[in-house]
Amino acid sequence: MPSYSLKVNGATLAVEAAAEMPLLWVLRDKLGMTGTKYGCGQSLCGACTVHVDGEAVRACQLPVGELGARAVTTIEGLSADRSHPVQKAWIEAQVPQCGYCQSGQIMSAAALLAKKPHATDAEIDEAMAGNLCRCGTYVRIRQAIRNAANAGAR
Amino acid sequence: MSAPVQMPRRTFLQLTGVSAAGLVLGFDALGSLAHADTATFEPSGFIRIDGDGATTLWVTKVEMGQGINTALPMILAEELDADWKRVGIRYAKYDPKRYGSMDTGGSYAVRGSWNPLRKAGAAARAMLVAAAAKRWSVEPGTCRTEAGAVIHDASRRRLGYGDLVADASALPVPKEPVLKDAKDYRLLNRSTPRFDIPGKTDGSARYSLDFRIEGLLFAAIERCPTHGGKLAKFDAARALALPGVKHVVPLERGVAVVATDTWTAMQARRALQVTWDHGSHAQLDSATIAAQFKAAARQEGVRHRSTGDFAAAQARSEHKLEADYHVPYVAHAPMEPQNATAHVSGDRCRLWAPVQLPSWAVPEVAKAIGVPAENIDLVIPLVGGAFGRRLFHDYAIEAALVSKAIQAPVQVVWAREDDMRGGFYRPASLHRMSAGVSAGRLTAFRHRVVAPSISLQLLPEEVKNGVDENISDGLTDWPYAVADYRAEHVQSDPGISVLWFRSVWSSQNPFGSEGFMDECAAAAGADPLAFRLELLQDKPRHAAVLRFVAEKAGWGRKLPKGRGMGLAVHASFGSYAAMVAEVSAENGVPRVHRAVIALDCGQVVNPDTVRAQLEGAVVFGLSAALDCEFTFANGATVEGNFDGHRILRLPDVPVIEAHVLSSSEKPGGVGEPGVPVVAPAVANALFAATGKRWRRMPFSRGPA
Repeated sequence: MPSYSLKVNGATLAVEAAAEMPLLWVLRDKLGMTGTKYGCGQSLCGACTVHVDGEAVRACQLPVGELGARAVTTIEGLSADRSHPVQKAWIEAQVPQCGYCQSGQIMSAAALLAKKPHATDAEIDEAMAGNLCRCGTYVRIRQAIRNAANAGAR
Repeated sequence: MSAPVQMPRRTFLQLTGVSAAGLVLGFDALGSLAHADTATFEPSGFIRIDGDGATTLWVTKVEMGQGINTALPMILAEELDADWKRVGIRYAKYDPKRYGSMDTGGSYAVRGSWNPLRKAGAAARAMLVAAAAKRWSVEPGTCRTEAGAVIHDASRRRLGYGDLVADASALPVPKEPVLKDAKDYRLLNRSTPRFDIPGKTDGSARYSLDFRIEGLLFAAIERCPTHGGKLAKFDAARALALPGVKHVVPLERGVAVVATDTWTAMQARRALQVTWDHGSHAQLDSATIAAQFKAAARQEGVRHRSTGDFAAAQARSEHKLEADYHVPYVAHAPMEPQNATAHVSGDRCRLWAPVQLPSWAVPEVAKAIGVPAENIDLVIPLVGGAFGRRLFHDYAIEAALVSKAIQAPVQVVWAREDDMRGGFYRPASLHRMSAGVSAGRLTAFRHRVVAPSISLQLLPEEVKNGVDENISDGLTDWPYAVADYRAEHVQSDPGISVLWFRSVWSSQNPFGSEGFMDECAAAAGADPLAFRLELLQDKPRHAAVLRFVAEKAGWGRKLPKGRGMGLAVHASFGSYAAMVAEVSAENGVPRVHRAVIALDCGQVVNPDTVRAQLEGAVVFGLSAALDCEFTFANGATVEGNFDGHRILRLPDVPVIEAHVLSSSEKPGGVGEPGVPVVAPAVANALFAATGKRWRRMPFSRGPA
């Protein structure tokens, strides 16, 4: 089985896995980082969203063998203490209900605001359209991103 | 309490956020926190106060997103007069002897816990007061409590609860403690941040699927695609030859592949060669189901309520109306796929599973693996959405069976396609509505529900004389003052397995009755709001919540061309909901622009949580109304993932204005009552916008 040296949340981690194994399952089952969630396995729900070199990527569709030297950030590495503006906005707006999709929602929102700190509603719609929430927290997700965008603008 | 999971305390503290928030948040199953103080006060299974005043409150219901992890402790803390800043929570391990029923469903957690938790809090408070009064040699009646302290105003003395734990522990627990007046509440009906939310923003919240234990293996199950089919024979040689595959375990309806990780198990599953016995439903398809319902609708059903004489009254009426409303099968599809972890060792089974009804799941799991129920040691972690799906426990039985076969800890993981296609849907139904209208008044009304009974599939012993009382929601309690009314159910079961869905029968019966009420109003030449209010004169809570949303939405105001407004009202789970929808339908594609919803749920515990549940109910109801339908071909479900099961996405979400009407009535349900009004309000708004009736969900398929 091939071995890889992965850059995850600023650390370099050695892992043995089949090249085709998606990053999602390497994180969850090999590295014990369960914050990144399995929801659909088909890039349809966004629950597994992580950052790869700053881009929001669905980890269920990224074979570990294709990752190379790119840097991965997961929800566990977004901040050390929930101090990322998106996390703060999420807590302030009391967004999560069951919470299962929220790692992916937060990672999508953080990637959006990193590129577009003053994202418009249309840009929020576009960036978040791939993240499903069955509890229906969308109203608060939208509000939290607006709040974080406004905080960034100040 | 036992600690089945060994976790370094530092890790536990990190995971549970003690340092960050000053709050304790954990599972009993993770072991007790270390205590510097030996003396603690534990007057019941729900409360512990330590010598330093730290107060721990146990959450004894299942947290699946509805926020009971904060609402239930708020009830305790209110009567206890705890210092909320010193309150932490812990999720109770399954132990009904200690905590009472831990079953969670039917929007009943707050309602069912309201009296026991108030009493537990008040009893503890009375003991602390008695301890302080004794120490001060004063009458307990001259003391008061506030924020975790007993105060004697006359002598200006004060003792923190922590200072009283030893004395209070020696006192008897009062059986009938005095409860507070609602006017004295300090905590209830004030929006309070939820304990679980910080951990749901940094990946530390742990769901059942996140459970990890030394030596854990992972299983994927290849399942019979046809409903009612089962395993005939299989060849596992190719699967077993794959690296990482450890075991193959045949089950009644499938074959489990056990591997070192989830992905390997999912891959190896595809390498199995399986022959199925497709069973008696192998020819079933959606057209057959529709035809079956249509034929059944001609029969008179089992009577659920009958007053006056519907047939005679309709015969006398000036206008005779009839219409069919259609509801499709829909999967619950919580975002956390079905899963469970079991470790069977000898005649004991440790189980971690997202079950809502442990009192049902535990004996069933025990029976499946042939051990006494008391040998099942269950922990229910955070649940990643339920919506009714976790009321059944098939995934827990599977995990236990597989673990028993391999005598090792195993996590059974359902692929999303397993969840979509593997059975358990909100039942499809046909609602044959009939009415009479004369001189602008509703004179007769009949609601005939054609549907498969959930109870007859799952709990047939609950159904007496063919009357499934579960189906009565919205039928026996239909609120309008019409003397000649009849509601009935025609049992018609195509054989697809069904299960309670968020709002259960209230998620569909009011679609027929509230949609049809608008048709009656139109026949009467009346405004839909005025028409309803006229018939709700002896239903003040229905009328009040309906008036409230109508006013908030600006009912009757002029709308842009192509827009329409519709409304609906429905009481369920002890609460009263109403909604106004504002919609358009360009080129036949419905679009909801605004939803104004209100809930009268009596005494409110955590208002922000109620609003969140209403917002979620609108989204959940809109998904079902607009775009969700499960279809069948050759005995199997067609839709397999979120491309076929199109739930709302963020850009589709309208402006949602959620209002909570607080009252002094006893608490009503919160999680479910918002859903029922969504579909009929939208259907009625679509009529207002287009002049066409939308009687078939999902509306994206056009008017019908």
